[in-house]
Amino acid sequence: MSLGSVSQRAPGIDPSAAKWVGGTIVALIMWGVIYSQLVPFSEWVTGLVPVVSDSHLGEAISFFAYDTPKVLMLLTLVVFGMGVVRSFFSPEKTRALLTGKREGIGNILAAGLGIVTPFCSCSAVPLFIGFVSAGVPLGVTFSFLISAPMVNEVALGLLFGLVGWKVALTYLAFGLAVAIVSGWIIGRLHLEHWLEDWVRNIRAGAVELPAAKFSAVDRIKAGIDAVREIVGKVWPWMIAGIAVGALIHGYVPADLLASIMGRDAWWSVPAAVLIGIPMYSNAAGIIPVVEALITKGAALGTVLAFMMSVIALSLPEMIILRKVLTIRLIAVFVGVVGTGILAVGFLFNALFS
Amino acid sequence: MKDIKVLGPGCKRCVTTAEMVQTEADKLGVPIKLEKVTDYAAIAGYGIASTPGIVIDGKVVHAGGLPKSEDLARWLAA
Repeated sequence: MSLGSVSQRAPGIDPSAAKWVGGTIVALIMWGVIYSQLVPFSEWVTGLVPVVSDSHLGEAISFFAYDTPKVLMLLTLVVFGMGVVRSFFSPEKTRALLTGKREGIGNILAAGLGIVTPFCSCSAVPLFIGFVSAGVPLGVTFSFLISAPMVNEVALGLLFGLVGWKVALTYLAFGLAVAIVSGWIIGRLHLEHWLEDWVRNIRAGAVELPAAKFSAVDRIKAGIDAVREIVGKVWPWMIAGIAVGALIHGYVPADLLASIMGRDAWWSVPAAVLIGIPMYSNAAGIIPVVEALITKGAALGTVLAFMMSVIALSLPEMIILRKVLTIRLIAVFVGVVGTGILAVGFLFNALFS
Repeated sequence: MKDIKVLGPGCKRCVTTAEMVQTEADKLGVPIKLEKVTDYAAIAGYGIASTPGIVIDGKVVHAGGLPKSEDLARWLAA
């Protein structure tokens, strides 16, 4: 009896699946080895450039040479992992979990599911209508819509890698809190009549999809697809963000930032939120900037507020949502979420002084 | 003749999905009538929450992300 026929009888050990799983493990080990060599690599690159290492330019170059491969590698790993996790979820399954849930519990569940449910802003409108028309309460839908883009794997993974696990956990906790409370408040205000008329008239109900079969190999492929798609899309943002971070790191005097964005400047939190709204970047672009700001003495709460505002309150997303929401409802949305972010900024600066 | 609708507001994935359906149908020699549904209200009427979606002869078979080609083949053959 040949080996091949044995492995065919045992499910889960068929040769191509073994190849995929084995390949993934080898790739992960190689990732670890390369990642551990990044400091020598960046020192070597900086050494190639004929500038004094403690000059402004030298500082900027070494920041750039170290952060670019580091962020790229972290991003790839985190996106791959989340791609695998997300193959267990879908917006339709999330909707089924949220339909008919009471407010409160529903808001908490929605914010949590926002982290793991596959979501892109291009499908924000179908998702919004799909949720509301199937009976998910408006406030619960908002909790999901606030959490999904703001508390995402790119933001958490990069914060974890670049700024540290404490800040990443804090961002997770406060991001969820903003999503839960804002959604709950919007739900309490009973603004259903501020939806566009045609949205209120859709009573579709939820469709029952045939269950998709996912093997381990399919999930690995889903992870690779996610890397190809997300890393392929965000890398220019990331490089731009690191370049800005490198300039801040090399050239901006520490005292200047500490006085503008430091803890003593109370007005810097609202200013950071306001400046963040028209700015549109995703987490990959903003976090290298955040890292540089923090090392230069900016207060953590101010920086977190800025980051949340840039990611969660973006003009392009509002323009997309304008198709289903009236201007008044969008204004309430921005007001409530903006106030929540403001509170996070102040609270954080007060707690960690 | 299978009546196939691809649901999506015109994002890149929706276009790719429509192309995949056409390619797979040509490969299998299944005659189809392909239609793209881009209107949000019409899409919502099918009860999905993510795009692109695929409807074959009035039945939703897929929602969210690109379909797998082996699934497409199965749906078209059914």
